[in-house]
Parts: sequence; structure tokens; C-alpha cells
Amino acid sequence: MKRFLGFVRKEFIHIFRDYRTLVILFGIPATQIIIFGYVVSNDLKSAGIAILDQSRDEITVAVSSAITASGFFHIAAEPRSEAEIDAVFRKGDIKAVIIFGNGFGKRLLTEGVADVAIIADGSEPNVANLVNGYTTAIINGYLTGLMQNGPGVKMPVVPEVKMLYNPELRSHFMFVPGVITLILILVCALMTSVTITREKESGTMEVLLVSPLRPVQIILGKVAPYFILSFVNVIVILLLSYFVFRLPVKGSMVLLLAECMLYILMGLSLGIFISTTVATMQQAIFISFLGLLLPSLLLSGFIFPIEYMPGIYDYISFILPPRWFVVIIKSIMIKGSGLGDIWRETLFILAATILFIGLSIRKFKNRLE
Amino acid sequence: MTDSIIQVRDLVKKFGSFTANDHLTFDVGQGEIFGFLGANGAGKTTTIRILCGLSVPTSGEASVAGFSVYRQSEQIKRNIGYMCQKFSLYDDLTVRENILLYGGIYGIRRPEIRLRTEALLERLSFRGSADILIDRLPLGLKQKLAFLVAVFHNPKIVFLDEPTGGVDPVTRRSFWELIYEAAAKGITVFVTTHYMDEAEYCDRVSIMSNGRIVALDSPAGLRTTWKASSVDEVFVRIARPGINFSL
Amino acid sequence: MRTLLYLLRKEFSQIVRNRLIVRAIFILPLLQMLVLVPAVTFEIKDVRITISDGDLSQSSRQIASMLDGSEFFTVTGYAASANEAAASMSKGECDVIVSFLPGFEKNIITGTGSVMQVTVNAINAVSAQLTWAYINAIIRDYSMAMADEAQVVAGQTFSPPVKISTRYWYNSSLDYKYYMLPGVLVILVTAIGFLLSGLNMVREKETGTIEQMNVTPVRKYQFIMSKMIPFLIIGLIELSLGLIIGRIAFGIPFEGSLFTMFLGATLFLAGLLGLALFISSFSDTQQQYMFIAFFFTMIFILMSGIFTPAESMPAWAQNLNIANPVAHLMKINRMVMLKGSDISDITPELKALTVIALLFTLLAVLSYRKRA
Repeated sequence: MKRFLGFVRKEFIHIFRDYRTLVILFGIPATQIIIFGYVVSNDLKSAGIAILDQSRDEITVAVSSAITASGFFHIAAEPRSEAEIDAVFRKGDIKAVIIFGNGFGKRLLTEGVADVAIIADGSEPNVANLVNGYTTAIINGYLTGLMQNGPGVKMPVVPEVKMLYNPELRSHFMFVPGVITLILILVCALMTSVTITREKESGTMEVLLVSPLRPVQIILGKVAPYFILSFVNVIVILLLSYFVFRLPVKGSMVLLLAECMLYILMGLSLGIFISTTVATMQQAIFISFLGLLLPSLLLSGFIFPIEYMPGIYDYISFILPPRWFVVIIKSIMIKGSGLGDIWRETLFILAATILFIGLSIRKFKNRLE
Repeated sequence: MTDSIIQVRDLVKKFGSFTANDHLTFDVGQGEIFGFLGANGAGKTTTIRILCGLSVPTSGEASVAGFSVYRQSEQIKRNIGYMCQKFSLYDDLTVRENILLYGGIYGIRRPEIRLRTEALLERLSFRGSADILIDRLPLGLKQKLAFLVAVFHNPKIVFLDEPTGGVDPVTRRSFWELIYEAAAKGITVFVTTHYMDEAEYCDRVSIMSNGRIVALDSPAGLRTTWKASSVDEVFVRIARPGINFSL
Repeated sequence: MRTLLYLLRKEFSQIVRNRLIVRAIFILPLLQMLVLVPAVTFEIKDVRITISDGDLSQSSRQIASMLDGSEFFTVTGYAASANEAAASMSKGECDVIVSFLPGFEKNIITGTGSVMQVTVNAINAVSAQLTWAYINAIIRDYSMAMADEAQVVAGQTFSPPVKISTRYWYNSSLDYKYYMLPGVLVILVTAIGFLLSGLNMVREKETGTIEQMNVTPVRKYQFIMSKMIPFLIIGLIELSLGLIIGRIAFGIPFEGSLFTMFLGATLFLAGLLGLALFISSFSDTQQQYMFIAFFFTMIFILMSGIFTPAESMPAWAQNLNIANPVAHLMKINRMVMLKGSDISDITPELKALTVIALLFTLLAVLSYRKRA
């Protein structure tokens, strides 16, 4: 035991001596949280549009000002004909072109036809949807208001929306759980796979193996400091999200931290497994980083909801631990769920951990033979 | 010395408060085999790195092949070869690829590279395995190969930093044969080592201790001055003055 | 220049011999693209609605079945009370609750207008907004049709529903794959290039082979070039393979000119690799470099506009983003591929990339020391 503790202590000293890495280690989640919280947003903020007004009457001018006055749009180009629209789009400053047909006002009042069309840049579907929604609402609102000045009828059904759990539509609810999930698995897998592989590459692993330390103790000793570091990292993230973004933890903090510890364990065991499959540090870094970055970012469900993915992804994401952990964190933090609600997901992460450890042991034994 | 190809005057190199080279002064003559002896940590590697242009002195003067180590390190590099103990050749390249790389870097034309490569392989009795990766070779062969690559471009001086570590005395002896052949071609050899028996192979030898040169003479001269039967004994006398050897 | 060729020959020989890395560079990204691109969508379908119908009238039932019939929604349950509906959402059984209060139909008939309460699970703000936008549009259309009818029945002057048609150019079906493939491809090329070049350089430092190079007459710029060019070529190859996959597997068009695309990509890679090599001159170990690379890569990716538009970022962030080469390439890729933009259209991005490339390459060469 004493030998083991001595070994762990040496690993700690190793890590703390490399203060540059430590700074980055804690800097990464901090910057991510800031970016997700303050920078990334899906809101429309003064999108560039163009209005091709072939009529230029009172009404079209009024509608146009309503659009630009809304604050969501600004005129970023002035095509003079439909032929110029493509060129204008290609420059990339315009998200949509609103076209008022010739004699718009007259046709509206006499025939009751609103000759207005929107051409949106579909290359960014999100933006296109939003732009379409906003412009349609503004134009509709204005024109309907116009016509209701006559003997009109009030709109029969008016839907009203209540955004539950997140009335201000802040993105932190999604992103903080997502950042924790992403960072923990990436950092844990990277750190452990690199530290073990480093010994393999420099030949010192053999030295360790012939020492009185048992292989299990070696691995545990290498991994223990990172467990503590990652845990501290989680605390830092939670503190940041609470004090900077006022994101509370609705459920039990103890449960949350316990789940985090399990997940960290899973990440560390994944790193161990990766280290058994590669020979050099470069390879370990590559496999860990490239193999985990995009799947965790895109398939874990914290940005793109899994429910909306094609059916097959239910199965693909099934085997991704981050996907389950996102659910766990979101449930505890936002809905206040207890273990009873998330035991299935917890079990899965536990199973993944056991699987990775088991595979690593098997590979390790094979190597020794 | 009028035709000294390396001139060092009061060379000082400090790392923080630690003085690795403490006012070194010596010359190396053209065509000499100059041994730079000393225990591990005495400061030999520091000196050789300065002379190769890998490190800047704290103070003092040094010139190699007529070029100052301060301002003309790039010219120095065109005229020297270098081999150190651990990492002279790329492990993940073949013998041929390593030779081609260094030959090309020093500006030798392809046909000439080819000729010299064949001569080199012949000299080492390599026969047919020139496309083998370096890390498959035994250590002794790697070292000899590294040396021949270091002198491939016939530099004026070749610097060797502990070139024969980890091999048996017979292999070391055959390595030194290569050094003699290079010296015979007019290449000055500056070699550091902590194997005192190799000192006997050199024209002149300097002994470093704690950053200072404490002896500089031919091996015979050292033995006479110190009344010792080998340079090894001389070294022990100098480095550990308290130990009494019966004469 | 011959020296550079010899150095390049050495680099390529070493790269090709590292089989695992070769596989990682080409197979892994292509696999990931095939698997990830179809998944990353905000398109909604079969959003689960629980109806809480306190009115049980023809109107409320009509609206419910209309929602159910839409491809975007599906009614998965009827709750007897508001509490029951709320419970089903908290259990995760539905994402939307549509409630009709008693008197819903009556208010429509009497012309006072009726409110329909829509409660959306807004944890994912983006899909919540989209869901709401769709429901709103459906109900609004329905509402207008009703108003139209009512008017005709009441014999009043025709107050027409305002129908605005929207066409989407360059991606008429608003297929998210068109948007995400360039994005995912750029991210992969970025991550690989950043890691590969920097780790390679730091590895030479760690093993000491760099000393052997420093002792030769090889110039600093030659050495740096030899560490950039192979990975630049590899990056371009990956890009090409990615575009081919996009075309074959997903039918993503390529409207613009290949030359424009590769011009942008080359400038991008030069800047990226220059930055990587600059950073590597401050890293002593591969592990250190890995973390710094991780740090920069994540910032570049998150701010690149991969899933949210760069224009939605606050002004200060957009200013910072000028220094983000990934953001520029992402924009160039999307514009060239989908809209056929040419060099004159992407001049601001090209200019930015050129400055970044020159700056970082210069920094990389200057910060490299042949002499400690």
C-alpha cells in the first residue's frame, strides 16, 4: 500500500510540474462555457436581407419599413431585378429577398391578392427557417392589420405559447450539460491513454512491470490523479455555470456528483482501453481525440436532438455513453429527477465502464503472454 | 597553434546559477584526433553543443573552422558533421533513406551520393540490406553507420558526443578504425567520451572536471606528467585527489 | 530548394510508414462523415403532443386531428386534466402540450376569438422555437381559413387570407445535410491537420532528432516548410475525398469552381498549420501540445458557425472571429458548394485567410530556434 501511495504521489508531482497543461485543463471548460453561454446563439440578430420592390407604393414602403424597423433585419443589398438576385445571394450578405410584385397595393385592395414572395437562402436551413418565420409574421401582421380596419373579423384561434423549463429560451440548459459530457469524456480518455502510452513508448512500462507493483496498482496509480483532477474540473464547471449563468441544480447535488464520478470512471477506463490498442502517444492522441470529438459533439443529443434523427441513430447512439450521460445530467439539473428516473441510463454507463475495463484486462493479459 | 581549426578562449556557459563551462581555453589543430574527456556531468556536452552552433556561450570566444560561434553559426554548420549517442539517424527511415537525406542536405549530387553510398555499405560489409529500417539494426552497426553518415559530406571537422556508449570493447575498437580512416582523409575529429581507454587512441586529450579543463596533453605526455600507467589512472588522480594509488 | 525536396521526401517516407496514422487520417474522417452527416439535423418530425381537451368540441377535435395529420407532429396521448398533461411531459412522454379550455368553440363562434395554449418543452431552445414556429403556422393557416369562411357566411366583404409563398434557393428541400457536410468536413480537416503537424514537430523535439537537423545547414524556413507542405497536401486530399463522398453518398451539389474551393482550402491550411507549428515551438511534450491544440481546436470549431450562424454571435465575438480560419473556410465551403460563389464573392474571407496564413507562417518560422 505504501508503495502504491508513493507511486500515486509521483504521478501527481509529474502532473503538477507541467503547469501549462494544468492551466489548459481548467481553461478548456471555462472557455467553452463562456462561448456556449455568451457567443453561440441561434437568434436572429440583424440579418441581412434585400427588398425588391417592383411596386413602390404606400403599402409596400410601409411594409418594408415595418420589416427593417423590427430590429431583426437590415438591408444589405439592393438588387434591381430578379436577374440580380442570384448574384446578390452568392455574395453571402443576404439571407432572403422579399419581392413585392408590380402594383402590389392596388391588387391587394381591389382583388384581395397579396403579391409578395420570399426567396430565402436555403444553404443555411436554420437561418432560412427563422428568417421565413419572422418576415412572414411581420408582413402578415401588417397586412392583416390593414385589412382589419374594415369590417373584418378577429382571428378565431390565437395560439399562445409557454416555453416550459426555459422561458427565456436560453441555450445554457442544453449546453452546460453538454459541455460537461463532452469535456469529461474527451479529457479523461485523452489523459489516461497518453500517460499509459508514454510509458510504453519510452520503455519505462517494462521497468514498472518488473517492480513490486502489481499491474493493477500501476494502472490505478496512473489513473487516480486524473480522477481527482476531472472531479475538480466538474466542480469548477458547475460553479461557473451557477455564478455566471445562474443555472441552478434542481435535483440532488450529491446524485449529480456521484453520476459525474461514475462517468469520469467510464472515461478513464475508455482511455485505458485505447492505450492497449496503440503503440505510440501520437496514435493514442489521434484515436482518442478524433474518435471521440465529433460523435460526442454531434450524436450525444445535446445539440441535435436524437428524436429527430433518422431511426437508425437510435441504435447508433445507443452505444455512445455520452448520449446517456447527457440525459442524466439534464434530468438532474433541469427537471430535478432522482435516481429512480435515471437508473437505466446509470446502469448503461456502469456497464460501459465494466466493458472497457474487462477488455483492457484481456488485452493486457494477452500482451504479457 | 597557427593552424588550429578550433579556437576556444575563456569560454563560459552558465545555466542560471550553475556554471557548466568555466573559462575554457584550448585549441584543436587541423587533422587532429582530439579527445574531450571527463566524467558525466563535467560539461563536455555543453561545450560540444556550443562549438556545433546549437547553443550560445554566456561569455568568451570560440571559433570553428574560422567562423565565430556567435555570429556565424550557420557557416560553421556547413563545415562540420555531428553525431551524438542517442539519436543520429531516423529510426523510421531505412539506411538508404537516411544517407540520401543527409547527403542531399549537404548539397551532394545524386550520382555522387549513389557512389559514396555504395562505398559506405561496402565498408560496413552491409550487403543487400540497405533498405532495412534503422531501428532493426544492432546498436554497434547503428553507431558506425551514424558516424559514416556524419562524415559523408567530407566535413572539415566531425564532432562526436559519446559515440560508443553501450557496446562491447571489440565493437568500440572497430568504430575507432573508422575514426582513423576519417582522420587519414584530413578530417579533424573532436570526440567526447567517458571511456578513458579511448583516450589512448587520440592525438591529444583534455580532461574536464567540474566545468574546468584540468589537463591537456597527448596521452603519453599525461602519463609521464602524472606518473601513471594509463590515462584512466591520470583521470582518477585528477578527479579524486584524495585516493592514493601505489606507484 | 533541393534541400526542401530531400526534406519532403523524408517526411513522406515517415508518414507513409505509420500505418495506423494513415488509416486514421483517411478512413476515420470518411467513416465519420458517412455516419454523422445524416444525423445532424434540426428538422422536426413526429413531435409528440399530448392534448388536454377541456372543451371536447368539434373545433378542438378538428384542430387535434389536423396536428396529428401533419408530418411534423403526432398526438400521442390525451390527458384528462392539466396536471396529467404536465406529468406526462415531466416523465418525458411528450414534448408539447396543447390545451383547450372549456368554452373554446363558443368563443370562436361568438367571434371573440379563442386562445389555444401551447406548452413546449424548451430545454432545447432551438427545436422549441422551430416546433412553435410550425404549430403557429399551422394554426394560423387554419385560423385564416376559418375567418375566411366565417366572412363568406356572414356575407361580408371578402377579407382574404394573406398567403405568402416562400421559395428556398440552393437547397430547396432545406436538407440539413447540405449545410452540415461542409461543416463536418472542415472540422475533421482542422482537427487532423492541427494534431498531425504539431505532434510531428514536438515528437522530433522529444526524441531529439531535431538536434541532428539543427546542426545541419538546413535553413529555418526550409525546415518549417517541410513540416507544413506534407500536411497541407494531406489536408487537401481529405477535403477532396470528403467532397466526393458528399456527392456520391448524399447527392450534395458542387455548384462552384474547384479552383476557388482549393484556393480557399490551401490558404486555410497554410494558416492552420502555421499556427500549429508556432504553438509547437512552445511545447516540450506531446501531451502539452495536445492540450493546447485541443483548446484552440474547440474554440475555432464552436465559433465557426458549424451549427449556429456566425452572424448570430454578438458583435465582439464576430470581431474575434476574423482571426478564426475555420469560420472563414466553413463559409467559403458552403458558399462555393451550394451557391456557386466565385472568388469575387468570397474576397473578404480570402483576404482574411491570406493574412492569417502569412502571419502564422511567419510566426512559425521566427519562433523556431536552431540554437537554444
